[in-house]
Amino acid sequence: MLSPDDFTAIRLSLEVATTATLLALPAGFAIAALLAFSHIPGKAIIEGIVNLPLVLPPVVVGYLLLLFLGRHGWLGSLLDRFGIQVIFTLKGAIIASSVVGFPLLVRSIRLGLESIDKNCIFAARTLGASWWDTLFTITIPLSFRAILAGMTLMFARSLGEFGATIILAGNIPGVTQTIPLAIYQYTSMPGGDSMALSLCLVSIILSFMVLLVSEAMNRRLIRN
Amino acid sequence: MHLSVDIKKNFPGLKLHFDFTLEANRCGILGPSGSGKSTLMNMLAGLLTPESGHIVLDGDTLFDSSRSINLPPEKRRVGVVFQHSHLFPHMNVAKNLFYGRNRQLAGAARIDDAQLISVLQLNSLLERQVTSLSGGEQQRVALGRTILANPRLILLDEPLSGLDEALKYQIIPHLRKVFTEFTIPMLFISHSLEEMRLMTDDLLLMGHGVIDRQEKTEVLARGTVSERGFVNILKLGEAQNIDRLHRRNWGENNLYLVASGETAPGRFQINARDIMLFKQHPEASSARNILNCRVSALRDLEWFVRVEMELGGQRLIAEVVPQSVEELGLAPGVEIVAVVKASAFHRLF
Repeated sequence: MLSPDDFTAIRLSLEVATTATLLALPAGFAIAALLAFSHIPGKAIIEGIVNLPLVLPPVVVGYLLLLFLGRHGWLGSLLDRFGIQVIFTLKGAIIASSVVGFPLLVRSIRLGLESIDKNCIFAARTLGASWWDTLFTITIPLSFRAILAGMTLMFARSLGEFGATIILAGNIPGVTQTIPLAIYQYTSMPGGDSMALSLCLVSIILSFMVLLVSEAMNRRLIRN
Repeated sequence: MHLSVDIKKNFPGLKLHFDFTLEANRCGILGPSGSGKSTLMNMLAGLLTPESGHIVLDGDTLFDSSRSINLPPEKRRVGVVFQHSHLFPHMNVAKNLFYGRNRQLAGAARIDDAQLISVLQLNSLLERQVTSLSGGEQQRVALGRTILANPRLILLDEPLSGLDEALKYQIIPHLRKVFTEFTIPMLFISHSLEEMRLMTDDLLLMGHGVIDRQEKTEVLARGTVSERGFVNILKLGEAQNIDRLHRRNWGENNLYLVASGETAPGRFQINARDIMLFKQHPEASSARNILNCRVSALRDLEWFVRVEMELGGQRLIAEVVPQSVEELGLAPGVEIVAVVKASAFHRLF
């Protein structure tokens, strides 16, 4: 029912979603902490920029990334000098997913951080814990469920990423073709309906598993 | 403890300038809400940075803007007990208690864990989740957690105001016992003079954004008008059962109280308006306490006159109306008889 190419697409999808989520996590946490705790000027602007991919059409995000990271782009030309190419590679797919999923991650973590009793953090400091110590023993454990929720959302969003990916990374079977891109290709192919449907089913199962796993982890956290 | 503070901080609508030197171990900061008490506390603990000035505690500079010194909270060894306990919800009682202690330098511990846990009666709670504790239990854990971190000064920011009256009097003995047994200097922040009288010897009186003056707690209490009458707080000894009454020592005097279940020594209060004054010893009286006193001072409070008396090394204050002062010929040095009913005493703790 599934061709070897389909299995490659599934593997690539999981690879892109996992890498994008893990790469975005430290930055996502840092930005969320900045938005939740600090009183720096220009907070609204940072917030706007972070949330922009949430409201922009993914195609627009992809196109802007292409302008930015393309061979003649500002960052692209710089990377090109070091022999690093982003567009039409798996890196491009990961970057596209990271950017599009980032606001979901930040929003979720930020809500979690804002719900922490700030005096708990102060108490830890006066009890002799340094800033980093407090981060790892109080702040992260107390926002762990929110971090997990953010990662789940971002992972799921990355699995389904299409618009930005197809522009930045193209639709190259075996290289950048993830499940949504493969489905798109099948639907424009005569007689590809059943193949598309099989991948749709895989997509549904994967998403469902993500939800189940995150729910199970959440329950365990509550119990502990 | 020697604390020297001169710091400034500006907020929209409030300019704070705290300038004081303190040489006391049980000190209170008394002031109306919004006067900057909590802000002062946060600046002492290092949770908020003053704009300028210095903070020196026992010879160590915690903050000095002219020398760019600003120790982070974890290096100051200034403990804080907040209004609400703010325990770490993801840890059990034992982990909360030892959070600070586990971060002290080896060998620095001055407080014996077991002793503290028993003073605060936390033995049976150690394995419990903090979210399942009552308000009073939570506050006891918070207090223990702060003390085990071995601070050289503890700031208490209205630690009793989140508790109801009954709980308050359950916590106060723990607080007193801990600070006496472990001799840790403290700054107790409150707007209740009554709490101050139970917890502190000295007071910093705060106006809006400044320290107005420093005063002995009892001196301030004696001079403060109270609508419901001055409250005498007496430290009485263990009760002996005599003729269905409790007899308790009060310095060199014996007092008779209505018998209650509790016979242990404790603090009792009598309202100054529940004390009657007689020129001579009444031959027979239904009141059980007839005490020979000497008037030491009179204080005119417009509707009432506060009569300070001495007896057997103790001090007792009565409040009478101005006519009584005239009829009894009250003046400093005059011998007088104070009469108190056995039922006029109320146990605080």
